[in-house]
Amino acid sequence: MTINQIQDEIIEEFALFDDWTDKYEYIIDIGKKLPPLSSEYKTEENKIKGCQSQVWLHAHMDGDKLLFEGDSDAVIVKGLIGLLIRVLSGQKPEDIAKATLYFIDKIGMSQHLAQTRSNGLASMVKQMKLYGIAFQAKQEVK
Amino acid sequence: MYKVFDVLEIRKDFPILNQTIHGKPLVYFDNAATTQKPQSVIQAISEYYQEFNANIHRGIHTLAEKATAEYEGTREMVRKFINASSTDEIIFTRGTTESINLVAATFGRQQVKAGDEVIITTMEHHSNIVPWQMLCEEKGATLKVIPINDAGEIILEEYEKLLSERTKLVAAVYVSNSLGTINPVKEIIDRAHAFGARVLIDGAQASAHLDINVQELNCDFYAFSSHKLYGPTGIGVLYGKRELLDSMPPYQGGGEMIKEVSFEKTTYNELPYKFEAGTPNIADTVAFKKALEYVNEISKPVAAEYEHELLTYATESLQEINGLRIVGTAKEKISIVSFVVEGVHHQDIGIILDTQGIAVRTGHHCTQPLMQRFGIPGTTRASFAMYNTKEEIDKLVKGLHRVVKMFR
Repeated sequence: MTINQIQDEIIEEFALFDDWTDKYEYIIDIGKKLPPLSSEYKTEENKIKGCQSQVWLHAHMDGDKLLFEGDSDAVIVKGLIGLLIRVLSGQKPEDIAKATLYFIDKIGMSQHLAQTRSNGLASMVKQMKLYGIAFQAKQEVK
Repeated sequence: MYKVFDVLEIRKDFPILNQTIHGKPLVYFDNAATTQKPQSVIQAISEYYQEFNANIHRGIHTLAEKATAEYEGTREMVRKFINASSTDEIIFTRGTTESINLVAATFGRQQVKAGDEVIITTMEHHSNIVPWQMLCEEKGATLKVIPINDAGEIILEEYEKLLSERTKLVAAVYVSNSLGTINPVKEIIDRAHAFGARVLIDGAQASAHLDINVQELNCDFYAFSSHKLYGPTGIGVLYGKRELLDSMPPYQGGGEMIKEVSFEKTTYNELPYKFEAGTPNIADTVAFKKALEYVNEISKPVAAEYEHELLTYATESLQEINGLRIVGTAKEKISIVSFVVEGVHHQDIGIILDTQGIAVRTGHHCTQPLMQRFGIPGTTRASFAMYNTKEEIDKLVKGLHRVVKMFR
């Protein structure tokens, strides 16, 4: 599936919820199920510092696909990371680099991106795209 | 004058409280960050712009005179509010942070030399840490920190050990914004004076809840903000003893703070104007007076007694939450409850409470060294003002039960 197809799928899933609590329960569930990042990748280098919670992001290539793994000490943020991974992980670096992530706004979670000071999520989105650009450049050099 | 303390009547004075957030009535428990404003304050700001906006002090026309009188009226009101001996000792700033920076940049630069020491406490807000760190770094001075016990109280015996002839300044918070602890500032001040050190008190949290008497405290500087006292943002106060303010160099240069300017030499204005360069925040200063009038009308001790009731009620009610631990259990506290919940991140707590219409603060509350002392990344903090109710605390407890169910 393309990035946008996955985004549309998530938007459809969230359309089923009419209550904020239900939305968050779903995100919490994703957060709880997201496999924890192995400790070797939970490095200072992979850490994206936020005012409220901490986020770790690890990226590596598998063939021509860029894979992401992430973690956070807060569950809701972890759930949102889970969604971002679902959308972006396994896609080509050039597609990640030019992706527009409209699903966050459509599912009503853009507040978590706007508050750049309160969590590392906004920085994480930026970092994922930067990885896309970096790995794309690396491939071109080859 | 409110004959009896009637919280429902008081709530009517704060229009912002009458709204819903995510479909639930707003429960505002973030008062230690900033308090809401009564109608009289909100109205005063627009009245100023509609009726007598003019630049102050130098104008000879009617509007300028009216604006000046109102502006200086607030200064007199502030003087009374903290019982300073003269309005010359009341300097208007942007807030507590600027007040502290002013002292660091003038008194600090002038008086602190290499090898000197500045003492602060473990529970300082970053605003009362960083300016002193910057000063000490610049001067080759040392910053010393008074330790606290597990309840979140200053250990006075340890403080005694830190004091010496090298101590130039003690900068201490009156009330901790993260824990609610009321510090024994009178003792802190007296002991510092015995060594010839000066004392700055950060009164940001204290001023809305405790009676402030700078002459009785005998502090050398006292800093606080209007916005934590039901007044507008962007206006604060630095009180300083006259002889100190007189001997300190000016802070910023510009209009208002000068007597005469020539390209060869400038002479500075008298107190308090020497420290007030440029056109000040007139509208908010004028409205600040209304906030002080409001607090006086309710009577601070009466409000404080009610707030203490809320504190006791919250402290007891929160115990029913499984795995909840209150951080900051000092004997003397204002109405702030900081807590951690086992297995649940404070950010998650804050997000879910917000969906219930409950506004709390989560994180390190700009006191990272204090959080490190307790070995935690942050807390959830509920801070109460005179317009909060026990029913709202019940909603917080209910919300937390829900949080625990969702995350465990």
